[in-house]
Amino acid sequence: MSKIYYAPSHEYVMVDGNIGHVGISDYAQKALGNIVYVDMPEQGDDVTAGEEFGAVESVKAAEDLLSPVSGAVLNINEALIDNPRLLNEDPMGNWIMEVELSDPSELEGLMDEAAYAAYCESESH
Amino acid sequence: MEEIKKTCLHGRHVAMGAQMTPFGGFDMPIQYEGIVEEHNAVRNECGVFDVSHMGEVLVTGPDAEKYVGHIFCNDVRDLPAGKILYGMMLNEKGGTVDDLLVYKRADNDFFLVINAANIDKDVAWIKGNAEGYDVEISNLSDELSELAIQGPEAESVMEQVLGIVCKELEFYTFKESLLDGKHILVSRTGYTGEDGFEVYADHDTICSLWDALMDSGRAKPCGLGCRDTLRFEVGLPLYGDELAEDISPIEAGLSMFVKLDKPEFIGKEVVERQKAEGTTRKLVGLELADRAIPRHGYEVLNDADEVVGYVTTGYRGISVDKSIAAALVNVPYNAKDTELKVRIRRKTFPARVTAKKFYKKSYKTK
Repeated sequence: MSKIYYAPSHEYVMVDGNIGHVGISDYAQKALGNIVYVDMPEQGDDVTAGEEFGAVESVKAAEDLLSPVSGAVLNINEALIDNPRLLNEDPMGNWIMEVELSDPSELEGLMDEAAYAAYCESESH
Repeated sequence: MEEIKKTCLHGRHVAMGAQMTPFGGFDMPIQYEGIVEEHNAVRNECGVFDVSHMGEVLVTGPDAEKYVGHIFCNDVRDLPAGKILYGMMLNEKGGTVDDLLVYKRADNDFFLVINAANIDKDVAWIKGNAEGYDVEISNLSDELSELAIQGPEAESVMEQVLGIVCKELEFYTFKESLLDGKHILVSRTGYTGEDGFEVYADHDTICSLWDALMDSGRAKPCGLGCRDTLRFEVGLPLYGDELAEDISPIEAGLSMFVKLDKPEFIGKEVVERQKAEGTTRKLVGLELADRAIPRHGYEVLNDADEVVGYVTTGYRGISVDKSIAAALVNVPYNAKDTELKVRIRRKTFPARVTAKKFYKKSYKTK
């Protein structure tokens, strides 16, 4: 059974064992508006918790993506190359990268669903 | 920090749920429903923008024509009353203080429309260069609001919703009239590449016009987000991107608005030399084969990976489904079809030099 964690920069990681699927939250896609490009890492890249691993671009601006976890990129979501709007339509169903976690204890520093909902509430006021 | 200014429509934007952001010292709507929907409304139907942040300055007096000619690089000498010219105020180095519209209301009576971010600077510049000229300079920016009604249906919306008949109004002309006893100025101008109008009036009048447009459902409320994508696709410059204190209109490819057959104007010697000898850099269009998007400030490289320029504006086009940019590049990399590269975060992407206009304007001209 997978569990979802959120970073303050609005990325999520859906974790099952030591495999994590990283994407952006519904709150993030709404704030961005029409997403027109997703800059993704490459398979085999190492990503580090709290550091940039790509970017997501709306019509008006580019926003860096920060990885919620450290590890090796096993896969990227290739559907997003030609259809970046999938992130607007179904952000939880369309992860951006699949990561093999190198340090699962990092998850303790992230928010769970309830904490993240409260965090978004405070952000929008 | 200076307190952020609000237009008379600010409360309405917030109540409508617009996404607000600071622009030119004002808290302005970037989008309501979404940039793409608003952009397409202007290209295909009609959209309305609150552009009350723009500044207005009136120059009158016996030397007004002579003085406007001194600070403005286009030529107002033979301009009939009721016509409008686009052009720039230049500094002594030929750089751009601001780009503006000059409306000739009557002999020696000119109405200048300037960029919001430059109001204080421009007013100081206009007043500061007036010594020896018999002119009166009034900054009306706080008293006037402005709407831009843009798109192929703009003319019928103006007439049917607002009761302002514009059929006879030609491109880049204006008329002044009374609407319910209030003075308004209406011009056939805009910043979208589509047919359209701009209306200047006092705050209450602008609020009533906005409400009428919203009630009619015939003009989509549009934010500054799509104003930028619309103007960029048709190659119109934005001050701060394509024009600046250190960018001349010659470099920006706007020579047609710089009239050298005038006896004098501030900056003339420099732009005259630039026109004769060429400039070391030029504004170009760039087209990318990739989906990656070049943004303002990104570096432009040649095939030896040397920096030869920078991006001034870039988007994933909306009416043009490509990643496109305007960039200021060193000569000779400005030649059409030159293969360059743009650095986008940690990678570089091939880019080809094109014209700056990516989409055809649809002005109503005779």
